[in-house]
This record gives sequence, C-alpha cells and structure tokens, in this order.
Amino acid sequence: MRILLVDDEEELVSALAERLTLRGLAVDWATSGAAALELARERKYDLALIDMKMPKISGIELKRKLEVINPELEFIFMSGHGSASVFEDGTDETGGASFCLLKPVEIEFLLGKIRTLRQRAGDKEKP
Amino acid sequence: MVKFPWIKKPAFWDSSLQGPAAERPHFDFRRMWYRAVFLMLCAALLPFLTLAWFDYRISRQHIENEIVLRADRLLSNTKRTTSYFLDERQAALQFIAQDNSFAQLDDDRRLTRLLNGLSGTIGGFVDLGLFNAEGRQIRYIGPYALKDLDYSQEPWFQSVLVSGSYISDVYLGFREEPHMVIAVRRETEDGSFFVLRATLSTAWFNQQLAHVTEGGFGDSFLINHEGVIQTSSVFYGEVLKRFPLEVPPYEEDTRVLMTQDQWDRPIIMGYSYIPHSPFILLVIGQQEELLRPWLNTRYAVVSFLLVSGLLIMLVIPGVATKLVSDIYRADQERIVALREAAQANKLASLGRMAAGVAHEINNPLAIINEKAGLLWDLLAAQLEAGASREKILGLIDSIHRAVERCAGITRRLLSFARPGEMRIQPVNLAEVIGEVLEFHTKEAEFRDIKVRVEVAADLPILASDRGKLQQIFHNLVSNAFAAMADGGHLHVTATRRDQDHLLITVTDDGHGIAEEDLKRIFEPFYTTKAKKGGTGLGLSVTYGLVQELHGQIRVESAVGIGTRFFITIPWQSTEAVENQGKQDANIAG
Repeated sequence: MRILLVDDEEELVSALAERLTLRGLAVDWATSGAAALELARERKYDLALIDMKMPKISGIELKRKLEVINPELEFIFMSGHGSASVFEDGTDETGGASFCLLKPVEIEFLLGKIRTLRQRAGDKEKP
Repeated sequence: MVKFPWIKKPAFWDSSLQGPAAERPHFDFRRMWYRAVFLMLCAALLPFLTLAWFDYRISRQHIENEIVLRADRLLSNTKRTTSYFLDERQAALQFIAQDNSFAQLDDDRRLTRLLNGLSGTIGGFVDLGLFNAEGRQIRYIGPYALKDLDYSQEPWFQSVLVSGSYISDVYLGFREEPHMVIAVRRETEDGSFFVLRATLSTAWFNQQLAHVTEGGFGDSFLINHEGVIQTSSVFYGEVLKRFPLEVPPYEEDTRVLMTQDQWDRPIIMGYSYIPHSPFILLVIGQQEELLRPWLNTRYAVVSFLLVSGLLIMLVIPGVATKLVSDIYRADQERIVALREAAQANKLASLGRMAAGVAHEINNPLAIINEKAGLLWDLLAAQLEAGASREKILGLIDSIHRAVERCAGITRRLLSFARPGEMRIQPVNLAEVIGEVLEFHTKEAEFRDIKVRVEVAADLPILASDRGKLQQIFHNLVSNAFAAMADGGHLHVTATRRDQDHLLITVTDDGHGIAEEDLKRIFEPFYTTKAKKGGTGLGLSVTYGLVQELHGQIRVESAVGIGTRFFITIPWQSTEAVENQGKQDANIAG
C-alpha cells in the first residue's frame, strides 16, 4: 500500500508521513498540488490523502487531476473547515472521495480508514 | 411663546436630532407638527373664511338693494299722492274761479258755502280769500283776521300775476304761522282780474309722510328747493329751519343714495322733486336701523363661525399631535428595530468570523497533534536516547511554534475591540488596516486574491475610535472578498485629503454593483445577497459608523469592473473628544 500525502503545511505533512511510515506504510508527501502531480506521474499510488484547502490547486481539483493519471486511486480528504457535508461519505463537496476527516486527525482513526480501504481493494482483487 | 401649563408636552416635542446616525430620528418632529398644523389650518379655515366673507358681501349687497328698492317704491307712491293732492286742490280752486264771477264771489255767504263744500268733499282747506287787482284781500273766510290786508307786495301775489296760478311753499306770512297757499287768477270781462286764494293744511302732509315712516324709514319730510324744511322732521329740524345737508340736485325720477348725515352717520336717503310744486320729498333712514334684521342674522352667522373656527383650531392641533406622535412612535420603533438588527448583524459577522478562526486554529492544532503523536511514537518505540534527542527537541519546538500560532490568532481576535460605546484613543491607521486584513490572509492565499495596501507615510496618529474603524474596514473588506472572483485584486489606500481629513479608499475588481442597487446600498435591510445569508445591514451599519466618526462615505461602481468606496474622516472629532472628556470627568467625579 503506497500512500501520497498532500498538505500545504509542511510541518504537518512531514510529521504525519513519518508517523505513518513508523506504522509500516509507504508514504510520499508533497506541499503543493503541482509537486503531488509530479510524484503521481513517477510512481503508482494506492491512496491519496489530501488537504481540501490549498492555494493554487485545491484538494478537489487535485483529485480530478490525479484520477486522470491513475483512475484506480482511492482518496481520503482532510479539512480544517468544519461543515456538515464534509463528513459525509462520497458527497458532492468531496467529489466522490472515500472519506473526509476533520483536522486534527486522530492517527488510529486514520489507520482504521486506511485498513478499510485496503480490505476493499483486496476484496476487489480476489474475485 | 404662549405657555399652557395644563397641556402635557407630547414626547416628540423635545426629540433631538443628535446622537449616532442609526439612533437619530428621521424627522424634525416639532417642525413637522408646525407644518401640519399650519397647512391644515389654512386648508380648513381659508375656504371657510372666504365663503363667509363672500356671503357677507353678497347678502349685504342684496339687503342694500332691497332697502333701496323699498325706498324707491315708497318715494314714488308718496310723490304721486302728494302731487295728486296739490293738483286736485288747484283744479278745484280753478273751477270755482271759472264758475263764479267776481260779483258772485264778493259775498261772504257764498264764499263760506264754497269753503265748506271744499272742506266737506276733497278736504285739506283752511281758508279762502278773494283779492282784487290791487292785491287787497277784499273777502276772507277763515280763522284769521286777514281781511283788507294788502298783499300786493307779497311774492306769491307777484307770481300769480305772472303765471296765472301758484302753489306756495310753507311760509309764515301775516298770520305768523307756517302755512301754504294755492292761488289762481281769473280775467274778468272788463279786462281786469281777481285772485282766489286758499290756504292748505300741512297736517295732511304730515299724515301722508307718517305712512312712509311706518314703512321702516325713520324720517320723511318735504323741503323746498332752497333747502328749507317744509314739514316736521324727526332728526333734521323744525319746519322752516334749514335742512342741514346739501339739497340734492334735480332729478325727474326718484333717486336713492347712500350717504352720511351731519353727524357722519351712514344713511340711506331717497328724494324726489314733486312736479309743479316747490317741494322735494325726502325719505331718510339710518343704515344701522335698516340693516338691523340682516345684522342680527349676521351676528348669528359670525357666532357660528367663531365657534366652528375655535373648534377647528382645537381639533387640528390635537389631530396633528396624534399623527405626529404616531409617526414619532413608529420612528422610535424603527430605531429600536434597527438597533436590534445591527446587533443581530454583529452576531452574524461574529459567527462568520468564528468559523474562519476555527479553521485557522485547526491547522496549527493539526500540527501539534501530529508532532505530539510522533513524539509519542518515538518514545514508545524506545529508540536510543542519543540518536533521537535532537529530533525530540525539534518536535517539541514545532509544538511550541504551533501553540504560538494559535495564540497569535486568539490575540488578534481579542484585539478586535468590542464595538458599541464610543472610545476615542490614538489610532495608527496602518495598524488597524493590517489587523483587519490579517483575518483575510488565508482566504486571500487560497483564492489567490492579491491585496495591496498603500498607507501614506506622512499620516499622523488619528484620534478616533479604533473599534469602529476596525468594524468599518472589516465590513468593506468582507464585502470586497464576497464580490471578487478567485484571483481578484483588492486595493486599500489611505492618504491625507486636507488639513483636517484623511481619505481612505477600498477598491476591488469584483462583479460590481448595478446602478439601481447603488442608490440603495446604504439603506438598512437592502440586500442582493439574501440567498447567501446577507442581512442587508452591513453597509447600513458601516454608513452609521462612518457618520458617528463625523466622516462621509461614498461609492462608485461599474458592473463587471469593480467597486470603490471612498471614506473621508476627520483626524479627530472635537465633539467626540469632548464627549470622551465628559465621560472621563463623570467617571472621575
């Protein structure tokens, strides 16, 4: 399972990446949409963990662009802006993302979501 | 001004136009009251009084015409009877002179019979006399001893010689009593002549003229052409006295005129020259007397007018007070509603601000979370202390920095002074603009909005209300952000406008404001953003705040190009400073 982590706050993204790495996940991180797209072109990721609100390329826009590169990519959004619709699964606002998590993110909760996605991917591959 | 201590002053009477713009009454109620009372009084009383005046004029004209007509009728009738009376007697005398020879008349018994005959039939005769050609009264039948008197030098005798017949005016004569005579001359066959004369009683005239007096006119009498009174008058003198007024000029018909008597009393005088006689018939009435019935009606009408006028003058101020009080109450309610709405608007913008702040604070919190989490991870993994020491310290530093960031945000929030009471203090405008814009930094970053601030270097420190300035900028900048698309430009400038004022402009290149909206954007509750949660109070509150700082706000906008707000405010509002001084003094006291 290879994860692409994108957030404009470098301090956040670096620490979160390290914590996920410590938990045995392969994580690459970027602080802008452009850098993330570059990484996605170089490597195939299974999951993109993206901040909703970023300058220049917003989270939603980035999702659309990443999907063009890799249509099988799964998405989890993070947001600092609390609004009811953001928490819903796969709503319009998140453009059909699997999950949207409110910052600050509880690591075990995030891992739970990742496990759910991995299981889903495994189920898909089995048949 | 007249004071009525028993009348309670209405609440609006002393309402002042002072105070903050939003809490200021819309109208000068006292002036409104004066205007309403004046206009209503004019509208009610003018037609009323005009009508009364016209009615007075017309009815007076009418009554005068009627009096003139009545006088005219009386005069005509009396003139006819008088004229007929004289003609009849003259004809009778003429007949006797023609029917009898001098010899027949020169006989006391016959003359007595003739006088009795005349008195018994047509009447009015007092005596009868026969005169020879020398003017001597050779026969006389009557109450006076006038026989054998010589009349040859009397004017009436001279006159009868010339014209054949004669009617005298009233005179004293030999008998020393007022009387009048009719005389006729008859030629005899021997070429000589004799004269027959009769004295007429003036009682008949008095009796006739009394009828006229009964007709409503105070005085009616005869004068002769020389102005000597011929029959007794009530007001203008005795018989043979001079009539005090001018003898009216000759007119063939009766004539009635309005004039004044010798005491300057207004009178109605009618007169008529009686034909073939020396008499002028006069009918004189006091206008006051004649107009009395009409005047009585007038008094009733005027009393009614006065009472109605008084009622109108009581009711109108009452109604005006009621109406203006209602408007005043509505205005007071408006002020209260506006105050409440402004409060609601404040809460709404506070809510929006809180949402923004929550978002901003969540980012450093997320960092703290991750750093602390990582710290925990590292310590839990029990890595070698030497190898991880630097890393652990770095993580703790990161946490400190993030906490500092949160503290910065909360400090900024607290620096946003609580709006409300006016508090004049030294204000650095550049600082205030900076504080307000800081709230929008993140949004500007995300939406790629370029913010440019140009504050002139020579701006001195203002003496103003920091909280109000913050609120003004916050409202304008929030509006600009709402109007702009991503990638827009916001330009804020502050320059010295003149000795006492500075000019602030806030310009955006957003969607602009339509012309029909532009006229109304400062009105409370006028909003084009109702669907997006706009209350329509932001700009009206801003307008009020600028006014409270004794400034002015103006807007220019073009749809699709952008909007620019111009705010002029004084360096310091002396009035505001004074108020502040007073407040401080109160606190000190």
